[in-house]
Amino acid sequence: MIPLSYYLVLSGILFACGVLGFLIKRNIITIFMSIELMLNGVNLSFVAFAAHWHALSGQVFVFFVMVVAAAEATVGLAIIIAVYRTRETLNVDQVNLLKL
Amino acid sequence: MTPQTLSPLLCTIPLLPLAGAAINGFFGQRSSKKAVTAVALVFCGAAFGMALFVAANFSSVSAPYSYSLAHWLRSGSFSVDFDFYLDQLSLVMLLVVTGVGFLIHIYSVGYMWEDESFYRFMSYLNLFMFFMLTLVLAKNYLVMFIGWEGVGLASYLLIGFWFTKDAAASAGKKAFLVNRIGDFGFLIALFLMIQNFNSLDFTKVFAAVQTHSAETAGAGLLTAIGLLLMVGAAGKSAQIPLYVWLPDAMEGPTPVSALIHAATMVTAGVYMVARSHVIFERAPMALMVVAVIGTLTALFAATIGIAQTDIKKVLAYSTVSQLGYMFMACGVGAFSAGVFHLMTHAFFKGLLFLAAGSVIHGVGGEQDMRKMGGLRVYMPWTFLTMTIATFAIAGFPPLAGFFSKDEILWKAYSSPYGSWVYWLLGVTTAFITSFYMFRLWFLTFFGDYRGAPAAHDVTHGSAGAHAKQDKDDHEHGHGEPHESPWVMLGPLVILAILSFVGGWVGIGGRFEHFLAPVFQGGASAELAHEAAGETAGSGTETLLMLISVGAAILGLFLAWSLYFRRPQLPARIAASLGGLYQTVVHKYYVDEIYAALFVKPLIDGSTTILWHGVDQGVIDAAVNESAHAAREVSDSARHMQSGNLRSYAGWVAAGGAVVIAYMVWMGVR
Repeated sequence: MIPLSYYLVLSGILFACGVLGFLIKRNIITIFMSIELMLNGVNLSFVAFAAHWHALSGQVFVFFVMVVAAAEATVGLAIIIAVYRTRETLNVDQVNLLKL
Repeated sequence: MTPQTLSPLLCTIPLLPLAGAAINGFFGQRSSKKAVTAVALVFCGAAFGMALFVAANFSSVSAPYSYSLAHWLRSGSFSVDFDFYLDQLSLVMLLVVTGVGFLIHIYSVGYMWEDESFYRFMSYLNLFMFFMLTLVLAKNYLVMFIGWEGVGLASYLLIGFWFTKDAAASAGKKAFLVNRIGDFGFLIALFLMIQNFNSLDFTKVFAAVQTHSAETAGAGLLTAIGLLLMVGAAGKSAQIPLYVWLPDAMEGPTPVSALIHAATMVTAGVYMVARSHVIFERAPMALMVVAVIGTLTALFAATIGIAQTDIKKVLAYSTVSQLGYMFMACGVGAFSAGVFHLMTHAFFKGLLFLAAGSVIHGVGGEQDMRKMGGLRVYMPWTFLTMTIATFAIAGFPPLAGFFSKDEILWKAYSSPYGSWVYWLLGVTTAFITSFYMFRLWFLTFFGDYRGAPAAHDVTHGSAGAHAKQDKDDHEHGHGEPHESPWVMLGPLVILAILSFVGGWVGIGGRFEHFLAPVFQGGASAELAHEAAGETAGSGTETLLMLISVGAAILGLFLAWSLYFRRPQLPARIAASLGGLYQTVVHKYYVDEIYAALFVKPLIDGSTTILWHGVDQGVIDAAVNESAHAAREVSDSARHMQSGNLRSYAGWVAAGGAVVIAYMVWMGVR
């Protein structure tokens, strides 16, 4: 049996990778992927706890997160396409029209 | 007429001029000058008529009359009402105020006719009458205080009537501010009365005071109240050390000087002291202060009057000096003599001012006596009336001033509170008064006309016939001095008659006996003394009377020899006196001393400490600095909101990291 802490550490690493990628990367697609990575890091901790405590609600939550993530991905990709069509770039630093 | 039917008339006497003031104030600008005149004269005249009617039906048996118009303040057992009160003392004041006031209203019509703000002037005059009558007819100190403040307001408005002239505006302010000092003392006296007697009603206060014995041993409550009342009286009646506003008040139109600053308002302090005689009689120290201040003011102001060259300034200092006489009389316990002099002074000093106004009017706005002279040829009526007034104020029998001044001097000598020092200073003042008044008389009416023979105004020939107004500083092409119109001369003649015969009511102590019911109580001892002194002191009284008449004649002679016989002599005497003369010309530098002692430190302190220090340094700085600090903080916080997506995410991550670190740390503990 793999101890809970291993899952949690992996989950933390995944989340941290996501955060780092989100902060460092400039390409919107990569940032988007980093967000997915963070979501999946959280999902992992959900299922790990669910298995550990023998409680199904954690697994149910993961399905919810996946559904929301899928919806978010569609909207997000649509925005990315729209941005690319108007700005002809995917670099977030150049998408700063609203900046002061 | 029963007291029940007479008393309600009391409240109409002040309210009539108020109505006149309101009508002229609200509608005067759009009305014709004739309508304004009619309103002002009718309402003021009605008040005079009402006063005469009341006087005719006045009976000493049913006096004092009182009438309560309305409730005012109710606070526990303390209450103040709008009460009116009439006794012998208020009756005298009432007749003087309405009578002289009405005459001056008539005179003003001629004097102010050409002024574009004629309606405003008449409205202010009526307003003044309202407040003065309120003051005189009040039954308690608070209603009296309304009148007291109100006449101060009217005085301020009328001194600064030509407010575009800087000197007039600042003279008005000066009068108002100096009066504030006096009013402060008056107010504290009222507070003391409320605290100790729980009332401001004359009858109640005096009844409470009568239970006190005289504070002969030391100063107590009554002395404090008396001294504070005297502070108020000194402010209003221009006594040392608060007299400085009155000479400056001459910037106002001449009828104002006559009405407010000679005949009526400035005597309010004397009236107030006389009204409070019950308090003063039980506070010998306060009484002595009144006498000393009065005597010193009389002498001091008279000496300043010698060297003034402005005809109105001479009269102003003369007024201060005569008011000093009145306070001297009150201070030696001879309140009726003070009120007697108040009345005769109202006649002859009102007349002097009106005649001086007529002179100023006649020579085209010139006020400097050195540029007058020989006017008796041009202005015979003014000359005649002015002569009567001059002889009256100098104390020549049988004119009004003689009786009242002699009464005061005799009382100053013989009264139990009196002393020969008061008498000596009083006689000296009488001599100086006679001298400077005859100096004015000779300079103005005798010799040759020294005014500039300006280019003769052709259109001016008929101007003398009708009312031709001029501002005091306004030159219109005058060729020769001319007599004033009859609307101005009429009041002069009536006042001249009063100045002549006005003193006769005092012959044989009739005036004093008339006022005796008011000044009974403490004064009864004095009356007994009087009765005893009547036989023993009649020889002394005659002697003193002869001396004071002699002083007046000496003054006349000196003025005659200096200003008529050898007119070049005064300049040489002045030159030989040098510094002393300069000091007197500059009024003993009192204004300068006050400026250095009070005004300049106040202005400097206000500028450096209050303005630059407190206002700019603390209050403004606090507001400005807090705004500045808020901007600084905001400016640094602004950089967090960069619009850069990743920096936001970084902040979120950092915040999350902090939260996690905190929870981990808490968990470790």
